[in-house]
Amino acid sequence: MTSVLQHPGYDEEKLRRVTEQTPCREAQTGLLLSLMGQPQQYSYPSIFVYGHRASGKSHVMQVLLKELELPHATISCVECVSNALLFEKMLLSLFGCEAASLLPRTPSLSDFVRVYRHQCVDSPATQTRYIVMEKAELLRDADVNLLPALLRLQELVDDNLTVILLSEITWDKFRPNTGCYEPLVLHFPDYSKGDLQQILSRDSHPSYSADFYSSYINILLGVFYSVCRDLRELHHLAALNFSKFCEPLAEGKVKESDTHKLWRNIEPHLKKAMQTVYLREVSSLQWEQMQQMEEKEAGALKGLSAHTHVELPYYSKFLLIAAYLASYNPARTDKRFFLKHHGKIKKTNFLKKNEKTSNHLLGPKPFPLDRLLAVFYSVVDSRVAPSASIFSQISSLVTLQLLTQVSHDDQLDAPKYKCAVSLDFISAISRTVNFDIVKYLYDFLDPDTAASQEEWVNRGYVSRVRDHPSR
Amino acid sequence: MSKRKAKYAHLPIGESITQVQSMLRERLCNQRLPDKPEGTEAQHKHLLELLRRTAIHGESNSVLIVGPRGAGKTMLLKCVLRDLLEDKEAQKSLLQVHLNGLLQTDDRIALKEITRQLHLENVVGDKVFGSFAENLAFLLEALKKGDRSSSRPVLFILDEFDLFAHHKNQTLLYNLLDVSQSAQAPIAVVGITCRLDVLELLEKRVKSRFSHRQIHLLSSLTFTQYLQRVQSQLSLPQDFPDVKFAQDWNDSIKTLCEDKSAEEALRRHFNSSKDFRSLHILLMLCLSRVTVAKPVIKPADLLEASRLCFVDAKANMLHGLSILELCLIIAMKHLNDVYEGEPFNLQMVHNEFKKFLQRKSNSMYNFEQPVIMKAFEHLQQLELIRPVDGSAAKTQKEYQLMRLMLDHSQIMEALQKYPLCPTDVKQWAMSAFG
Repeated sequence: MTSVLQHPGYDEEKLRRVTEQTPCREAQTGLLLSLMGQPQQYSYPSIFVYGHRASGKSHVMQVLLKELELPHATISCVECVSNALLFEKMLLSLFGCEAASLLPRTPSLSDFVRVYRHQCVDSPATQTRYIVMEKAELLRDADVNLLPALLRLQELVDDNLTVILLSEITWDKFRPNTGCYEPLVLHFPDYSKGDLQQILSRDSHPSYSADFYSSYINILLGVFYSVCRDLRELHHLAALNFSKFCEPLAEGKVKESDTHKLWRNIEPHLKKAMQTVYLREVSSLQWEQMQQMEEKEAGALKGLSAHTHVELPYYSKFLLIAAYLASYNPARTDKRFFLKHHGKIKKTNFLKKNEKTSNHLLGPKPFPLDRLLAVFYSVVDSRVAPSASIFSQISSLVTLQLLTQVSHDDQLDAPKYKCAVSLDFISAISRTVNFDIVKYLYDFLDPDTAASQEEWVNRGYVSRVRDHPSR
Repeated sequence: MSKRKAKYAHLPIGESITQVQSMLRERLCNQRLPDKPEGTEAQHKHLLELLRRTAIHGESNSVLIVGPRGAGKTMLLKCVLRDLLEDKEAQKSLLQVHLNGLLQTDDRIALKEITRQLHLENVVGDKVFGSFAENLAFLLEALKKGDRSSSRPVLFILDEFDLFAHHKNQTLLYNLLDVSQSAQAPIAVVGITCRLDVLELLEKRVKSRFSHRQIHLLSSLTFTQYLQRVQSQLSLPQDFPDVKFAQDWNDSIKTLCEDKSAEEALRRHFNSSKDFRSLHILLMLCLSRVTVAKPVIKPADLLEASRLCFVDAKANMLHGLSILELCLIIAMKHLNDVYEGEPFNLQMVHNEFKKFLQRKSNSMYNFEQPVIMKAFEHLQQLELIRPVDGSAAKTQKEYQLMRLMLDHSQIMEALQKYPLCPTDVKQWAMSAFG
């Protein structure tokens, strides 16, 4: 199944080791090797490799360059934020520290090329030198002349040098305005489901059989494959959940071949993992600890999102509710919701036809401070005097980023705000003060039938409230 | 004669292949100069005449070589220099300074580089000059010959000439062209650029000192000439060690160019671009498939290389997305169709996706909002969707407006090739309105 890599000029033993370390990537490795050619031959000055993350681009390059012992410099553009770091690293890897120290304090590209040429005179290239730049999309944000210069570096330094750029983004988004030296573009395709199964099954646990582990990987892929194909994420999830999978086996309840029982045990656990560990709501450490505790003791796993539910004082909660209503209700409907004697407003057919205008799809709208206070006074049930404490609570809501200030800081007399919380959050808050927020929202209003109200009660957004203030 | 031929007749096939690879790689990758100029004879003659007048007769000149990327400008200049330096007198007295707009981004750096290339660092020493012009005049003064009659001719080659026009006040250009107009020293200024409108970039005072001499390399190849170029790029020269092998190789190249399917592929390349560089990429991909087991280039190689060159990169990336991400892209496509290209946000896309889920009974894709948010962010990182310019800080992530950077045909093509695509997803994509 795996074809043997062969190339004159490279040792067969080394090539065999390369094949071993790069499973499911034989075609790409072969192509790269044939483009590289024999060590003393020239290769194309710049090669651009693109593909999804964790599709093996850096891995294959590293394995090839290390095993075949070719002179190279691997640079991650995330690390090398400034030109000085970049050039120093290149010279260090290719020529050693004395060369790197020849660079002046803030080297320009001109200095780099000069030092490189100087070094070439002392040690000319007997083999092709490679410079591999990972996360090359960050080069677009560096100096404008850096990317075009790197693409033609072979010509500028007059040496047997090839620059290889690895990136997740396609080449069309890299091209500078006036053009540049076009590199040879190669694609690393994503792993298929079979490939993922094969690669993940390689790290089987020594105390269990390989078939057992691959059935576990099969179950894992069944749950996660439709959401995520990233090899690194899947690898992480596989490592975290394996102990839970083996739990019934260790307790002696099932045998290795009882796949159905094992599946029943692990499936809810994996579903929970999707909502927590996959989203990085909990750290891996917390997840492992939770697995070790008994099921009853586990309780609610506090994810990161749970920390956003701060405890607010009573009036702040009503201010937030009022802000939410002001953001998501159009101003003309305030009369209907908050006055005792209001006329009927036509809930337009307009909304039903053109659903996009549902405010919950478009996002919150800004409102002036006056409107917020007007809604606040009609929503809060006790009489409250307008005092500085109310206004300072508004400012603290802005600091907590529950409200966003839309107007400029200079405008003191008519500041505008927007509400920045989600419907779930505000429903939870209004539940704590016994306020039925859904009844006041324009988008969920249906004057014709009471069915919509039932629906929202069933969804648990609101609880029945005895006293309805505006009716 | 025949004895000498017999001695060098035959190399083992592995050796020959290695030789072929080395030679052709030098030609395709390292821009090895051809013996004769191909298709640019007139320009070659013109430039050679001009530079000879500077080198031998001491006449100052300035010229611009203009042509699109990969047209062969640098190759032309290097050929001309090679021919010029065959003359003994020119070789003795001509000095060359090579500057590149990508490297010398500043006039100060450029001046240091000029000093270095003229080997005048010791002469300049620690002197401080008032202005650029003074510095340049000093350098040229230092090049005067022993009898103080005239200075040695200097050839200034400015690669990426248009980048020099972006320097502050265009001092370097002004001073060089000024010297070329006045009788100070015989210099030739040769600029190489890819911009046809380069003269618009020059300031008035710089433009007036320029001689307005331009050499254009706008290739007007016909398809037959293109085929001849392919053949000459791949052919082995006469002095190849194994004569028989070279003969066989050249014959096989000839049959390759006459093959119908290969000609189709080459015509497709010719129609998209005629320049050297894209041709070199294609030929390099073909050359890399030549091994000891298969010592010729076959038409199948050319077709495969052509396919690799023309593949759609974004469709390739769509192939590797997860099913959830693909469903989100289809939802975005439907939104674009219904609302005619207006920007959308995550809430709208999620809503559209939920409408699709409601119609199907299986709840396989019923994911929570945060999981969908993560998939959406992944698409943003791949730059398949892009935020509309606006204050990104002030809006929540779910409500930030985005645009889809794919078009209808790319999505449809990707769906055809998508592995294990569920049929209901495909049908949803094909239906007119979500």
